[in-house]
Amino acid sequence: MIFSFDLLINAVVSGILIGGFYAAVTCGVSISFGILDIVNIAHPAFIILGSYVAYIVNTTFGLDPILTAIIVTPLFYALGAGIYQVYYVSFEKRGQESLRGLAFFFGLLFITEVSLVLYFGVDYRYVDAAYIGPSVHVGGLDMPLRILVPCLVSLLLIAVLQFILKHTFIGRAIMAVAQDHFALRLMAIDPVRIKRIAFGISIATASLAGAFLIIIQPVEPSVGREYIGRIFAICVLGGMGSLPGTVIAAMLLGIVESLTSTFYGPSWAPAVSFGLLLLTLAVRPSGLMGR
Amino acid sequence: MTELLRIDNLGKRFGGFIALESISLSVPAGERLGLIGPNGSGKSTLVNCICGTLRNEQGTVNFDGRPIDGLAAHQRTRLGLSRSFQLPRPFASLSLLDNIRIPLLYAVAARGTHRAAHDIEAQCVDLLREVGLDAKARRLPRDLTQVEMRKLELARAMAAEPKLLIADEAMAGLTHSEVEDILALLLRLNEKGVTIVLIEHIMRAVMSFSRRLVVLVSGRKIADGQPDEVMRNPEVERAYLG
Amino acid sequence: MRTPLFLLIWFVIAAAVFAGAIAFGNDYVFFAGYVVLQYVVLSTAWNILGGYCGYVNFGSAAFFALGAYSTVAIYKFYPLPIPLLLVFGGAVSGLVGLGMGYLTLRLRGAFFAIATLALAVVMETLVVNWDYVGGSRGAYIIRPEEIAPIGNYIRYLFLIMLLLAVAAITTARLIEHSRLGYGFATIRDDELAAEASGVPTLRLKLIATTISGALMGMAGAPFPYYIGYLQPSSTFGLEYAVNSIAMPLIGGTTSWVGPLIGAILLGSLQQIATVTISSAVNLLIVGCLLVGFVIVAPNGIVGLVHKYLQRKPDDFVGRRRVDPDAPEPAP
Repeated sequence: MIFSFDLLINAVVSGILIGGFYAAVTCGVSISFGILDIVNIAHPAFIILGSYVAYIVNTTFGLDPILTAIIVTPLFYALGAGIYQVYYVSFEKRGQESLRGLAFFFGLLFITEVSLVLYFGVDYRYVDAAYIGPSVHVGGLDMPLRILVPCLVSLLLIAVLQFILKHTFIGRAIMAVAQDHFALRLMAIDPVRIKRIAFGISIATASLAGAFLIIIQPVEPSVGREYIGRIFAICVLGGMGSLPGTVIAAMLLGIVESLTSTFYGPSWAPAVSFGLLLLTLAVRPSGLMGR
Repeated sequence: MTELLRIDNLGKRFGGFIALESISLSVPAGERLGLIGPNGSGKSTLVNCICGTLRNEQGTVNFDGRPIDGLAAHQRTRLGLSRSFQLPRPFASLSLLDNIRIPLLYAVAARGTHRAAHDIEAQCVDLLREVGLDAKARRLPRDLTQVEMRKLELARAMAAEPKLLIADEAMAGLTHSEVEDILALLLRLNEKGVTIVLIEHIMRAVMSFSRRLVVLVSGRKIADGQPDEVMRNPEVERAYLG
Repeated sequence: MRTPLFLLIWFVIAAAVFAGAIAFGNDYVFFAGYVVLQYVVLSTAWNILGGYCGYVNFGSAAFFALGAYSTVAIYKFYPLPIPLLLVFGGAVSGLVGLGMGYLTLRLRGAFFAIATLALAVVMETLVVNWDYVGGSRGAYIIRPEEIAPIGNYIRYLFLIMLLLAVAAITTARLIEHSRLGYGFATIRDDELAAEASGVPTLRLKLIATTISGALMGMAGAPFPYYIGYLQPSSTFGLEYAVNSIAMPLIGGTTSWVGPLIGAILLGSLQQIATVTISSAVNLLIVGCLLVGFVIVAPNGIVGLVHKYLQRKPDDFVGRRRVDPDAPEPAP
């Protein structure tokens, strides 16, 4: 382990940038798990799906992945809404979400991953874009554009989501449905419809997160699994459902991972997020921004 | 009279909302205490804090001469504190008989009393009979009406063979004669030495049953004493009649 | 039926299965059968925590792999006989189950489930970085050719797993019919009410996690001898997690019968499928069956059979029989 200040600074900055991306990856779950209390462990699978969609469009039409993702967002939204409907009718209504609901999402995770393997194989796929390759040099800092751009767009996405949740009617209804079903009904708003919209939004974010992912690194179907731990670690640490909390927790995780990878080697990286998750659950389940 | 339950300065908040504030209460053994108050006044929250389902931030709870503040709910039940839930929470996959069996198998058995299986079974049937549910002993809770579920809830609380039983709105929705039956049941229990705390909205039931009345409004205790005196208290009148 | 009789019946069945397998003439039966029996143990173990208590464990692979790797660790030191390895594997996994439970069982079921996933990855990372057991390069175990008086070593392994499977279902059944089983059911139905009724929920959950983990570890202990070459990526593979969840859910979670049926049916299906089609399609089928059953037949095959036999509505109650003479409740 060779310690150098330059190395440290770069590791930290790198962690912050990747943390921005992690926030986009997690924000969907901040909504589905943090606010709606639905344990969608299949979220990474939808992100990978987003990556592959970006890949297909990029290799076929040469379209920028982020642009693709934005265009495809309505499709992902519809997918999310559909899945919630099935989830609601089969599990939430019957009160069986703890065992069977979890198994349902686990099954979806599996089906998605295996289907992708069957269709695309296990080769790594990557996309081409103008900002993949060049880096920005600021002082001693070296910031690859392929990470910087997704980071910035992620933060923009989170800002938009936060605005929706705090300042639009639908957004406030979503926040309310988590707390008081009955009150919503009294206002003639169907809580199921609100949750369906929220879950749709949650999956829609996966489309963008997927585009970011394949810009940052090559993707193959099982890549999603590493993200399960990251996503839930960030969600819990960030205080469940708090978007600003998600960003802070994401960057924190990014920094810790980056430092571990730089000074201890990359083979320990998966354990970092999962270990952090276990630690958080054991010590402070309400997270940093506690609920 | 020995003091069975003592609550000192109990406080509970949910975030910024103060559910209970400076509640102090002393319940002697053998008492029939009525606890009343408008909806949302904190009655069920108080019960939850006493029984360990919720943790109170302030104050202490003493039961049978010892502080029980750190104890888990199941430990308090073993010590002799039992409650029925305002919204019935039966064990959905167990028959009524098995629902009643649980407190006997766990709370009662933990006190060291060993009972044979058929004795436990007989006791369960007896308890169900006392609430009029013995015909449905082997049915599932989902086959019950709302009223029957309340009776099951009460029977299950009784099965824990408590020293203090808190009946949380056990009589909602019952007919006049059914209310009388439950009151008689609770009275019999009290005569055997069980201290009863009755939380109810049915005023005549509370008035006829209670030897002492406590009134909770907006998380505060505003009255504590003889039922007739309490009802004449101007603050209580205001709370109920607006 | 009393437990000794139950055990006796299953010993007889096991003996018949063993004899039948020998009579089949082809050793492949033992190789394939071993895997199916392994899944009987894994599903039954999973179901003790998942079906009985309602707590989902996504990390079955971790407990299984811990059993396998403790065998490897001991083997490098001195090759012990398999029954002893079973005890070690069970002890290690049981202790880890206890430890993990202690950390996470005070939280809600959802957090527990996520924590089990986290545990699996942490375990895998630790093993990958532990050179003594081979790390990512893997570990070799030399399987002995023969062992007296059974002969062929694979038959010995099959027999071990057969006996372990009988032990597993007997344990599950014993739990079901005991006070512990009632306690587990209350945890599954309403943990808050269970606590209020005097059930020490944390203690019972810890017992469930420990027993479940220990059985999974025992299932994993002979695995290095079976496979010959142990690699973290496949030993911690997701197919263990999916199968140990899918088999009980498809078979039926309320009793010991469900995981047994699920494991035999699904396990055999997969053994046949792997030979005829790719293993990826195989896993896809498992995933689809899991999702399908969970939506359409929440009580599994056992539930469907009972529904057909008794014409009672969905929520089937395991062994706690509903009064068959009672009139149908109004819808």
